[in-house]
Amino acid sequence: MSETYAGDASGRRETGDRFAHLRGTAGEEQIELDREERGFIRRRSWRLLVQLSVGVRRKLLLTAIFVVIAQAAQASIPLIVAWAIDWGLPRMTEGRSSGMWLPGSAYIACAVTAGILIFHYTRMTAEASQEMLFTLRGEVFRKTQALSLDFHEDYTSGKVISRQTSDLESLRELLDGGVNSLVQGVMFMFFTGVTIWIMDWHSGLVLFAALIPIAVMARWYQQNSEVAYRRTRVSSAKMIVHFVESMTGIRAVQAFRREDSRSRQYRRLAAIYRDDMIRSISLFGVLQPSLMLIGNLTVTAVLLWGGYRVLEGDLSIGVLVALVLATKRVFQPLDMIAMFYNSLQSATAALEKVSGLLEESPSVTEASSPVHLKDAAGDLVFDRASFRYSDAGPVVLHELDLHIPAGQTVAVVGRTGAGKSTLAKLLARFYDVSTGAVRLDGVDLRELAVADHHRHVAMVTQEAFLFSGTIRSNIALGRPDAAETEIIAAAKAVGCHELIMELPEGYATDVAKRGGRLSAGQRQLISFARAFLADPAVLILDEATSSLDLPSEALVQQGLERLLGNRTALIIAHRLSTVAIADRVLVIDDGRVVEDGAPAELAEAGGYYAKLHAAWQTSMGA
Amino acid sequence: MQRESGAQGTEASGRRRTLWQALARLGPYLGGLKLRWTLGLLAAIAAGVVALSIPQVLQTLVNSLLDDGAQVSAVWSASGVILALGVLEAVLVYLRRFFVIPPASDAETSMRTRLFDKLQDLSASFHSAWGAGQLQSRAIADLNLLRRWFAFGSLMLITSVVSLIVGFTLMATLSPLLAVVFLGAALPIMVIGPKFRQKFVHFSRASQDQAGDVATKVEESVHGIRVLKAFGRGDYALEGFTQEADELRDLEVSKARTLAKFLMAMVILPEGILGLCLLIGLWQVANEESTGVSVGALAAFFATAAVLKGPIEGVGMMLGMTFTAKTAIDRHADVMDTDTEITSPATAKTAEEHGVLELADVHFRYSDAKDGERDLIDGVSLRVEPGETMALVSATGGGTSTLLNLIPRLYEVTGGAILIDGVDVRDFALADLRSRIGIAFEDPILFSTSVKSNVLLGTSHLRDADDPQNPSRAAAPAEEDLEQAMYGALRIADAEFVEGLPQGVDTPVGEEGLSLSGGQRQRLALARAIAASPSVLLLDDPLSALDVRTEEAVTLRLREALQGTTTLIVAHRPSTVALADRVALLEHGRVTEVGTHSELLERSPEYREVMSASVRPVSAEEVLSYE
Ligand SMILES: Nc1ncnc2c1ncn2[C@@H]1O[C@H](COP(=O)(O)OP(=O)(O)OP(=O)(O)O)[C@@H](O)[C@H]1O
Ligand SMILES: Nc1ncnc2c1ncn2[C@@H]1O[C@H](COP(=O)(O)OP(=O)(O)OP(=O)(O)O)[C@@H](O)[C@H]1O
Ligand SMILES: [Mg+2]
Ligand SMILES: [Mg+2]
Repeated sequence: MSETYAGDASGRRETGDRFAHLRGTAGEEQIELDREERGFIRRRSWRLLVQLSVGVRRKLLLTAIFVVIAQAAQASIPLIVAWAIDWGLPRMTEGRSSGMWLPGSAYIACAVTAGILIFHYTRMTAEASQEMLFTLRGEVFRKTQALSLDFHEDYTSGKVISRQTSDLESLRELLDGGVNSLVQGVMFMFFTGVTIWIMDWHSGLVLFAALIPIAVMARWYQQNSEVAYRRTRVSSAKMIVHFVESMTGIRAVQAFRREDSRSRQYRRLAAIYRDDMIRSISLFGVLQPSLMLIGNLTVTAVLLWGGYRVLEGDLSIGVLVALVLATKRVFQPLDMIAMFYNSLQSATAALEKVSGLLEESPSVTEASSPVHLKDAAGDLVFDRASFRYSDAGPVVLHELDLHIPAGQTVAVVGRTGAGKSTLAKLLARFYDVSTGAVRLDGVDLRELAVADHHRHVAMVTQEAFLFSGTIRSNIALGRPDAAETEIIAAAKAVGCHELIMELPEGYATDVAKRGGRLSAGQRQLISFARAFLADPAVLILDEATSSLDLPSEALVQQGLERLLGNRTALIIAHRLSTVAIADRVLVIDDGRVVEDGAPAELAEAGGYYAKLHAAWQTSMGA
Repeated sequence: MQRESGAQGTEASGRRRTLWQALARLGPYLGGLKLRWTLGLLAAIAAGVVALSIPQVLQTLVNSLLDDGAQVSAVWSASGVILALGVLEAVLVYLRRFFVIPPASDAETSMRTRLFDKLQDLSASFHSAWGAGQLQSRAIADLNLLRRWFAFGSLMLITSVVSLIVGFTLMATLSPLLAVVFLGAALPIMVIGPKFRQKFVHFSRASQDQAGDVATKVEESVHGIRVLKAFGRGDYALEGFTQEADELRDLEVSKARTLAKFLMAMVILPEGILGLCLLIGLWQVANEESTGVSVGALAAFFATAAVLKGPIEGVGMMLGMTFTAKTAIDRHADVMDTDTEITSPATAKTAEEHGVLELADVHFRYSDAKDGERDLIDGVSLRVEPGETMALVSATGGGTSTLLNLIPRLYEVTGGAILIDGVDVRDFALADLRSRIGIAFEDPILFSTSVKSNVLLGTSHLRDADDPQNPSRAAAPAEEDLEQAMYGALRIADAEFVEGLPQGVDTPVGEEGLSLSGGQRQRLALARAIAASPSVLLLDDPLSALDVRTEEAVTLRLREALQGTTTLIVAHRPSTVALADRVALLEHGRVTEVGTHSELLERSPEYREVMSASVRPVSAEEVLSYE
């Protein structure tokens, strides 16, 4: 039954969309595209490039102007020399020193102008390019943060990193070199071409004819390099994903002796990348000499035809020399333009991927006119809420009806995989319910302003994740504007102040990558302190004490009881010790609430909880 | 902290290294490159010469049309020569790339794979100190840059320099005086050159490092996305990221500005001096009788000077690229120069597998421990007999995980010794040692592959036959028994839930296994530890995420399965301790008590404290006073 909706997770694929398979990151690894498909993808990349240029367009234009002027200044230098000889020298022999000073200072003025402009346009190019990259980095970051967990679960961090690093690097190459070489090249070719036409239109025709093979080559190159570069983007991403995962899981890699097989795998991926890279470079390696060859053939043709006409007396020999030299020169910048084109191809291939990522839309979004909730009491309702992680997957929560009045402390217990964390994640709105609704103080979470939701509901996730950086900043994540004293108070409340003070630099100790500097229990305590600091109306603790020793856990428990005050709390635990402070226990099994009541009641009732309770008591050796 | 100081230290060492020394470091990667690179260089220079000669040849050829009068053959032969030269030029350009690109890419690839291998061999302490992005940027961006430098920058630098020299010699023969004046332009460049180099290298190093930091932020923000979402701190993360990205932008712009200044000097100085030359030259020509400088000589001089324009600019740009490449080499060397502390000994010992685990006065301290502080592991002595299950109990942060990590040498003991079957773990070949040990970490550390690949990580599943890290062991499941071993392990870990997953054991578990529930992940990690039937099993709090019932089931099955396996199991709860024959209490870095659970409960007040929930009651006042 789910088949019909397969792949409609985020609702981005409307029926009848010709390009559904390419939207977002879906078609990321597809390399061969048909005409329309590539049109679609290219348009998307171009749109992104154009959008990015907002704000730096003036700078880019100015850069182009500077390039033109600098070029002109440099190009006029030989003219000044000629002028000095033709005009200056006779004047000097007449005894007028202006014949010397004027050309001399004009020369120096041109040189200085060119130099200064080169300085400015080099600087401005970098500024504009970095500005665009900065914007794009921010955009991608914001997008990845906004995207929901279902996206991240299969996209993997390695790909995000590859988008943010190596793809952006390609764009950077284009931006850094692009404008200058393009403007310079086009300008130069244009002017030289025009002079050729003016000198002799016959040769102009030859030049024009040369455009045909050039166009053919360009087309050939475009079609092939597009595919080749797309391939490199895909293979580079694969390589990065493998790299990132190997480094993240390095302890398991080493302990299970997978260095060698991971290395082989990496070698394979790196070899594929190498081949793809060489293929794309070789295409350029064909394009560049071909263009040169076309240029040189044109020179020969001009010489040949011109030579005949000289023989027939239709053309003066001086003009022929000038023509042939100009024809040779006109093709020189073609190299530069080709290089620009090359980086353009590479950058568009990268932008295809980046624009795809940016096109993704989060499945969990803020309503267009969200309800604001300044203060929340913490009244929670699950109204016939059911949930599945993907449309093809099993139902994880079955039509759940549940009311948790404000201020209640609810313990959630149940077998592993029963759906406890899922319940919590729905409250934290990591996901939206598939059917039904979840409400806070009567407001559907989907209608609630995201900022308010975050302010009122905080969750300590099952995975105690710490960011590299100080302990202080990790706790402060719960409430970034908290004062130092508040941070310390939170740490004291969960009983980790002493241990923090024992660390080399106290609260300023860097916890290293993922909090690796701390023990598992210590990490949990810090995560816990974070939640306390957040001071929400609804606090969700998902196995927040599972790695603690019993005394620490008990300490946390006791602190918790007092600190919960009139907060609503949802405490997921396997250790029934936690349940002691709960007003109410929910037993979840296979996505359903199977028992619901006060702890004492349930212990008597002889159900699942009673068994758990008994098992717990024996296991505690009591 | 550690990384920063490390990076500073290495930057200093990078600064001391000259470009040549940096290049010499690449020796091992350039095996196939040298010859082809030289050929490529020759092709590039030849192409340059042809390009320079074409206009000259043209001029003479066209002039020859005049001499011979009207000769059709002259037109043809002139065209023929030009055509030949033109084709030659194109061929040479093609050859340059043909020669250089493949070996440059090979060098890039081999640097990349060696870096990867090196990183995989470096110990856990290295990895926790280095930001993930730092490693990644070294592996990708830096090496791409190097390839481009090899294939393009280095050749262009040399060809530019060569044409500069040729052009200059040409000029000197035409007009020695003006050449000397022109040479004057080189003096200030020599002065600013080193300054530019220093500044540029500084910015290039800083920006490449910063790019790594940006990548680190990205990685962290994705790995920690659950926390960020749980607290709605996307903005906060964005702020941190923006700061880093902003710094990167500033550094890049400063770098470009430095280069821009240099390029400006490279234009203004020679051209400005040439302007002066023009002044002087005009004066000389005007006084031709006394100076002997003719108009023709002056014109020729400037024509020659124009030839230098391209190479001079080229040298400027290529120097920039060269310095960036040097930075990339330095950054590569930083990692490659790190000592791999944990390696197989030159002559490895081995022993028949029984599974005796002995810790003899083991000491360990992390490198950042304060002076004068006692070692974290401060003389642990403990013997676990074959087949015995020993629980290791301590308070939070007591050092149990650290101790466990010492056994498969993920960290190295700083004193004393760990012996397995009578042999010091440092005397085993690493693969031999680690193949005897199965370990379940406290966080599961799963990979984004299928359930099956994860569980069979320690076995011969998906390994090449000649994998040196898969020594043959009698106990290890054979290739054809893998399936069975997997199901066996899954059963013991009570992980039969995998059958219910959409594609059974072939279901991908998501990045770090995060599309499973916490308990499911933990059980897969447990199954993974047992699947290869190790003789020493290390379990770090393996039941913490399990509910009491599952725990019971797992405990029962584990007890049965562990019969013949020496097991060290870190426990925080009596229920886990129940798995063990004996319990060791780790306190203040030492094992202070060893005995059965009930013995210790009776005998040791410390054990009672750690193992029972009834702690010293905390008064309400005490807690409230914290706030
Ligand atoms: N991101 C996900 N994608 C797909 N399925 C998931 C995902 N997360 C959890 N599941 C599945 O949903 C079910 C419920 O998982 P949940 O995490 O809610 O369990 P739990 O009760 O918290 O278990 P535990 O006590 O082990 O943490 C499990 O079968 C699990 O495999
Ligand atoms: N990489 C590290 N560098 C420096 N100190 C560390 C590092 N890892 C852990 N520590 C410190 O060493 C001590 C012991 O850590 P360990 O992880 O071994 O504790 P544990 O006994 O496993 O605790 P838990 O029961 O909480 O898991 C802790 O105080 C911790 O802060
Ligand atoms: Mg859970
Ligand atoms: Mg631990």
